[in-house]
Amino acid sequence: MQDFAAAFGLAFRLIATADAGLVEIVLLSLRVSLSAVAIAALVGLPLGAVLAVTRFPGRGALIVLVNALMGLPPVVVGLLVYLLLSRAGPLGVLELLYTPTAMTIAQAVLVTPIIAALTRQVVDDLHREYDEQLRSLGVGWYDAVGTLLWDARASLATAMLAGFGRAIAEVGAVIIVGGNIAHVTRVMTTAIALETSKGDLALALALGFILILLAVGVNALVMALRDHRLEAARA
Amino acid sequence: MPEPVAISRPAQAAMPSSAGDILPLRAEALSFEAGGRRLVDAVDLDLGPGTRTIVMGPNGAGKSLLLRLLHGLIRPSGGRVLWNGRPADAAVLRRQAMVFQHPVLLRRSVSANIAYALKVRRLPVAERRARVADMLELANLEALAHAPARVLSGGEQQRLALARALATRPEILFLDEPTSSLDPAATAAIERIVWEAADRGTKIVMVTHDIGQARRLADEIVFMHRGRVAERSAAFRFFQAPVSAPAADFLSGKLVL
Repeated sequence: MQDFAAAFGLAFRLIATADAGLVEIVLLSLRVSLSAVAIAALVGLPLGAVLAVTRFPGRGALIVLVNALMGLPPVVVGLLVYLLLSRAGPLGVLELLYTPTAMTIAQAVLVTPIIAALTRQVVDDLHREYDEQLRSLGVGWYDAVGTLLWDARASLATAMLAGFGRAIAEVGAVIIVGGNIAHVTRVMTTAIALETSKGDLALALALGFILILLAVGVNALVMALRDHRLEAARA
Repeated sequence: MPEPVAISRPAQAAMPSSAGDILPLRAEALSFEAGGRRLVDAVDLDLGPGTRTIVMGPNGAGKSLLLRLLHGLIRPSGGRVLWNGRPADAAVLRRQAMVFQHPVLLRRSVSANIAYALKVRRLPVAERRARVADMLELANLEALAHAPARVLSGGEQQRLALARALATRPEILFLDEPTSSLDPAATAAIERIVWEAADRGTKIVMVTHDIGQARRLADEIVFMHRGRVAERSAAFRFFQAPVSAPAADFLSGKLVL
């Protein structure tokens, strides 16, 4: 229990003094995970919407696959991306291993199925409601995808938050492809893992509190951006 | 502006409401089956321009299905629908509109809902703006132009759905019990807009349960019973002396099954 009290104090002190090392780690964590979510959204939103709107052979199997990939173990993704990016790997020439870019790639792979699967569900529900009206208006499937994505924007923000939560919290993938190098690829989760293994539990716990604060803060920000108009429009 | 819609170029934007391109609408032996039941049974129907056709009949008579078959939302099990002698294509669909029993409004503002229907038809922005303003005025929704559509009252929502449908200047407008859940004032507002649309030359095909509404609006009545057209008569004749037994029962207040 003493650890907790000490950890709270330490966390407070680190935040209050805007500790340079901490700020660096926090900013890198945000940069990597937000970039990963952005890339995953670019792929996952259209993919999920197309899966919801179109009908083609193999669609059911593809939905099962995407849903299953939501549970991808981060270490496995880390390993696969590691193999891709390592010097002997197919993308070795890019020399991305142990860079923040590699960490972003790994997290984007983790998050894309989450955003795609949740988007598929959300857009599917909305499509049931809109289908006849859109067809009556003469909207083709391609335009329907855009319309449904826009009209589901409030629910999709939640899907993206789920993806962000996954990215910012995972340690397995970033530690493999990033290597937890100080000042280069050290993020919140890898720093916590390191401090824990070094036995500095108070610092690890303090970083843990800050990580949770960070996740809460990003969620609050997104909620605030969904203004009253939008909420009303969902009624 | 007597400019016809180019059949070979369905993306053509200009669409006058006067040109009679797609009517008459003809249903030939039109049938629809689901779950082993014949819900629409060999309906033959000719619908020419100009008149307000009201489709009546008890629940389950196949009225809504008939409308959806004609509009092309569902595929018939048998028979066919011809628009001025040819099957429906993209250009034909562009000249029709439908208002549903429960309005489906996009999660956007009132004016954006109307603009959407025009954007789908690739109308130039200036033309869109002008038509949105016209339709807001027609539906008496100017004050709510920027309100989110989903917070409107039931009557306002249905007025908006109707305005959106008419914004595309359809040659034919299908309405599926648009006022069934509205109060008299809201119903009157809808009926006024339907009247105006008909006056501008839009063919009206409307399903209703409401005998009073049918009396107010109809030029002619198509009475459906058990998936078939039991009777089709001019409105004044229908209400004075219906020919078919189910229609007579329906009008005299008997429960028609």
